[in-house]
Amino acid sequence: MLTRLREMHSPLAWGLIAGAALLIAALPAIGLPEYLVPQFGKFLCFGIAALAMDLVWGYAGILSLGHGLFFALGGYSMGMYLMRSIAGEGVYRSALPDFMVFLDWKTLPWYWSGFQSFGFAAVMSLVVPGVLAFVFGWFAFRSRIRGVYFSIVTQALTYAATLLFFQNATGFGGNNGLTDFKRILGAPLHDPTTRRTLYLVSAIALLGTYFVCRFVVTSRLGRVLTAVRDAELKTRFCGYESTHYKVFVWTLSAMLCGLAGALYVPQVGIINPSEMQPSNSIEMAIWVAVGGRGTLLGAVLGAWLVVGGKSWLTAAIPSAWLYALGALFVIVTLFLPRGLVGLGAKLRPAVDMVIARLRRPAKAT
Amino acid sequence: MVLSPAAHAGPLDDAVDGLAASSEDAIIVNVGRLAALDDPRAIPALSALCDDRLRAGTDGHAYIFDNKTRDVKHPITGAVIGSPPRPLKEVETSNDIRRVALPVLAQLQLASPNAAVRLAAAEELSKTGSAEAATLLHRALSREQNVGVRDVLSEAVARVDLASSSRDARLAALAIVEKTASDAFLSELQRMTAKGPNGTAVETDPQVYAAAMSALSAVKSRQRLIAFGGSLIHGLSLASVLLFVALGLAITFGLLGVINMAHGEMLMLGAYSTYTVQTLFHNYLPGAQQFYLLAAIPVAFLATGGVGVVMERSVIRHLYGRPLETLLATWGISLLLIQTIRLIFGAQNVSVANPDWLAGGTQIAQGLVLPWSRIAVVGFVILVAAGVWFILQRTRLGLQVRAVTQNRGMAATLGVPTRRVDALVFGLGSGIAGLGGVALSQLGNVGPEMGQSYIIDAFMVVVLGGVGRLAGAVAAALGLGVINKLIEPAAGAVLGKIVVLVFIILFIQRRPQGLFAQRGRVEA
Repeated sequence: MLTRLREMHSPLAWGLIAGAALLIAALPAIGLPEYLVPQFGKFLCFGIAALAMDLVWGYAGILSLGHGLFFALGGYSMGMYLMRSIAGEGVYRSALPDFMVFLDWKTLPWYWSGFQSFGFAAVMSLVVPGVLAFVFGWFAFRSRIRGVYFSIVTQALTYAATLLFFQNATGFGGNNGLTDFKRILGAPLHDPTTRRTLYLVSAIALLGTYFVCRFVVTSRLGRVLTAVRDAELKTRFCGYESTHYKVFVWTLSAMLCGLAGALYVPQVGIINPSEMQPSNSIEMAIWVAVGGRGTLLGAVLGAWLVVGGKSWLTAAIPSAWLYALGALFVIVTLFLPRGLVGLGAKLRPAVDMVIARLRRPAKAT
Repeated sequence: MVLSPAAHAGPLDDAVDGLAASSEDAIIVNVGRLAALDDPRAIPALSALCDDRLRAGTDGHAYIFDNKTRDVKHPITGAVIGSPPRPLKEVETSNDIRRVALPVLAQLQLASPNAAVRLAAAEELSKTGSAEAATLLHRALSREQNVGVRDVLSEAVARVDLASSSRDARLAALAIVEKTASDAFLSELQRMTAKGPNGTAVETDPQVYAAAMSALSAVKSRQRLIAFGGSLIHGLSLASVLLFVALGLAITFGLLGVINMAHGEMLMLGAYSTYTVQTLFHNYLPGAQQFYLLAAIPVAFLATGGVGVVMERSVIRHLYGRPLETLLATWGISLLLIQTIRLIFGAQNVSVANPDWLAGGTQIAQGLVLPWSRIAVVGFVILVAAGVWFILQRTRLGLQVRAVTQNRGMAATLGVPTRRVDALVFGLGSGIAGLGGVALSQLGNVGPEMGQSYIIDAFMVVVLGGVGRLAGAVAAALGLGVINKLIEPAAGAVLGKIVVLVFIILFIQRRPQGLFAQRGRVEA
């Protein structure tokens, strides 16, 4: 066990990670303004999604343009629980969610059953994206769909799902989605304590996701995945059935993304089909690209930088955000193929040299 | 024939002048006299009466006032009268007068020597459905020689006779209805066959009821056929637009192995080029406004092709061998293009008008109009596809493109300037999408985000057709476009898309290389 931990990180790195985790978890207690707590909680969820994205793209070379869909599916599962937990307290005082009353539905559709239980919804937020990813991935990888083909097909899947969820008849609230949540497990959602708890849970989930991802990529399985990424045919000829490895990591990644979505929804208070629009999935790719593909910490940092930049820029200069995002895509792919982490690594010799030069006079004396 | 107001004489003139009488009763009496005379020369005066264009002169004669030219005309000959006996008083036409005059007008028009006038009259008369309308129509039908007018007349007779109290008349009418199967009869047939609360139909005679039921099913199956035809037309034009996008994608993807996510924006740029050309023509060449579309074609091609070459030279060139990064970079470019267009032209859709020679359409069956714009788009895409085929198969550039597609290294060794070929092909592919934008501007809305909705479908076309295969792209675009539109009425647009997607995924299981697989070595 201990050796496995040492394989995952050096003791120093473990220490740094533990410190960072503690700092993040303690943020609300040490003066993070109350209104920013859900905002930061959102960032933590995006961090989880970025890890999931990096796992498939950075380590297995599968560029998914459908992770926004898995994220939203997790979110919808949690949203369905939150909707059902306020049965009878909507505008129409009906046991059904308001939008169903509005559509003149008399009974809950079958796929809404079970979601009155938090545990069921929590499990479903992992199972639904997982099953979809497994079925889709199994078919796609089995027929050797890879590279840009796979990206495009995932995007088409996401697009079709978005259209489906926009429909009122699908039974998920159409383009308004699910909203007006009141409480989770009996705790009012607007209560500061609930918010802090959700934040803390998200932080723990992020840390847990990081461990899982780190565990996977440092394992033998992770090395096979890297081999598949770099030379799939050679790996196959060495006797590894690349399809199985890909399906596994693809499904795991989708489930992690579903977890992120499930934590995201109670903190922002709404889930609607625009969350699964193809453009959102592509934005997830740029988080990872900015931070650095194939480095888990880089992916999280990238997500925070891009999402933070978006929050700031859309408020400051709204028309500039799309320019900034577009330019980011171009600049990162052209000049920062390894992302910011890669840039750091590249600058390291230069920094070392500067430090060495600064030290030399000191040595001379 | 020179006419002065004094030249009025004869019963026709008297009756026409009587239409300008001051009392309503007198006018109605004179309408009756015109009906008895049954002379088509009274048509202008009667229609003027119904449209409030009849005037009474101080000399007691009737005159027609022309609203457009503001001339005063003779009621029978239509000759312009230079100095009418002013002041002219408008003849007040009440609804009572109209009720009497309109059938008489139709009756006279049915006897008009002009076939178009007879046709319009028959249609007008069948709407009123009165007892005398039936007699009038029967009489007109027995006299009518022109086949087209006969058809309309017999339909009109049938429509009136469906409500007849005579069983034979109803049966005869239903026979005609079943033959024409026009949807105009749908509501009447439904009324006849509807079951009342006590379970008996409105139509009590069993034989007539059976005939009505079979006529109803004939009308319905014809409606389905028309709907099918409509979907087919829409599917064909969707396929054409898809083909515009997919042609360029298929070539660039086949040649460079990169996915250009900004390809849909080329469509958008093409459409905005058309809009710009239209605006320029409107401002500087209003006389040639009708021909702006012809000028827009080269402008759109060059503009989007230019953007494509710049994109290739500045960004994509540096990312060869890294297709996933190219995908992301071109997505970024598409965001930049959309936002730029939004800042220049605004976020709202702009309107691009059809020139007159593309407006309207041809009716290929009752209720099924084939718009000229859609025919033109289909024709245009055929021309472009033929042009692309020609370039690829019969020119030096095409030879080089095919060589580079098959084996880049070998082609370079043999002296093919691969870099130049890359840039040119990228420009060509973008330019074709720009032409698609010109076509699309004639069919739908032009807005900054219009390209996004086509790009995914276009990729599906490329995936389905096989990369770099023109014939595959054509077949797949046709198939997807038409299937999409055929599924849509039955399953809805969304389900249609999902069905198509599932179909593609299953299809790729069987044939990973697409419909038309590339022969030779496929790189892993």
